[in-house]
Amino acid sequence: MNNEWPLWEVFIRGQHGMSHRHVGSLHAPDAAMAIKNARDVYTRRNEGVSIWVVEANHISASSPSDKGPLYEPSESKVYRHPTFYDIPDEVGAM
Amino acid sequence: MTRDEALVQGLVRLGDNTLIIGHRVSEWCGHSPVLEEDIALANIALDMIGQTQLWLGLAGEIEGAGRDADTLAFHRDAWDFRNLLLCEMPNGDFGRTMMRQFLFDAWHSIYLGRLLKSSDARVAAIAEKASKEVAYHLERSADTVVALGDGTPESHDRMQAALDYLYPYVGEMFLSDEGDAVLAEAGIAPDPASLREEYDALVGRVLDKATLSVPENRYAQKGGRTGTMHTEHLGHLLAQMQWLQRAYPDATW
Repeated sequence: MNNEWPLWEVFIRGQHGMSHRHVGSLHAPDAAMAIKNARDVYTRRNEGVSIWVVEANHISASSPSDKGPLYEPSESKVYRHPTFYDIPDEVGAM
Repeated sequence: MTRDEALVQGLVRLGDNTLIIGHRVSEWCGHSPVLEEDIALANIALDMIGQTQLWLGLAGEIEGAGRDADTLAFHRDAWDFRNLLLCEMPNGDFGRTMMRQFLFDAWHSIYLGRLLKSSDARVAAIAEKASKEVAYHLERSADTVVALGDGTPESHDRMQAALDYLYPYVGEMFLSDEGDAVLAEAGIAPDPASLREEYDALVGRVLDKATLSVPENRYAQKGGRTGTMHTEHLGHLLAQMQWLQRAYPDATW
């Protein structure tokens, strides 16, 4: 029998952050406890305003060995970057 | 007993509760069953030590005898402490610690809730800050009591044993004396006896979910909040907590 609690990945939206960022992982018996543990482990220094947790085995990841086919083709496509445009101030944060 | 004397006594009681149970919880630092609990318990201990600074700080200020929070915490002996006996009970296993915490948090949250409406603005302000911390302490300890009580046969038995062991220390929370009457009369703090019904309802709900049975015997061990008789455990705790300030008075670092 496996006595280890499942692993959870923790995402926190910071005081001034616009989106949740991965901050680390922890063990917990269920989602509600994972949020409590995340609060205690990762927001002790007033880092966050919102916490997401997801069980690590629910995350599908790309394979490092596919890095060539996945990412190299975009290296030569400079026209995909929006650096040729001036963004008006009234658009706000993007 | 004058109003200020009653207030100082009431503040020392609050500060000693959080100091002593806070120290007990801090004893888990580095020894908890899992890292996540270790950090959570350390956070809770620090919350309570922080509340101690405020309660004992205000007590010293009103007393006006030149004693600050540190002096009160580190330079008094066992017979001068006014904490509930429950707070000084040894940790035992993790389950017993969480049961002690739950029984205390439930009372603490109800008591602080009343202090929010204190006629003394200084008391209400400290209660305002502390009650947010304590709401989380209670949520956490109640969830753990339910998870372990309604867990495996072994965790259930340990939690029932913890409840049976600690329950005789619950009654002391609701004993009232002359000082309490003065504070209640002035609208500064509630009469402890008036909180029992709300406490029993809250604790009953959680213990019911945890499939644990509340002991029927209501015999109450007492002597902590009056200082007439602490358990033998307090002296050992103080020896650990105070030795540095006793060996090197007013040392700073």
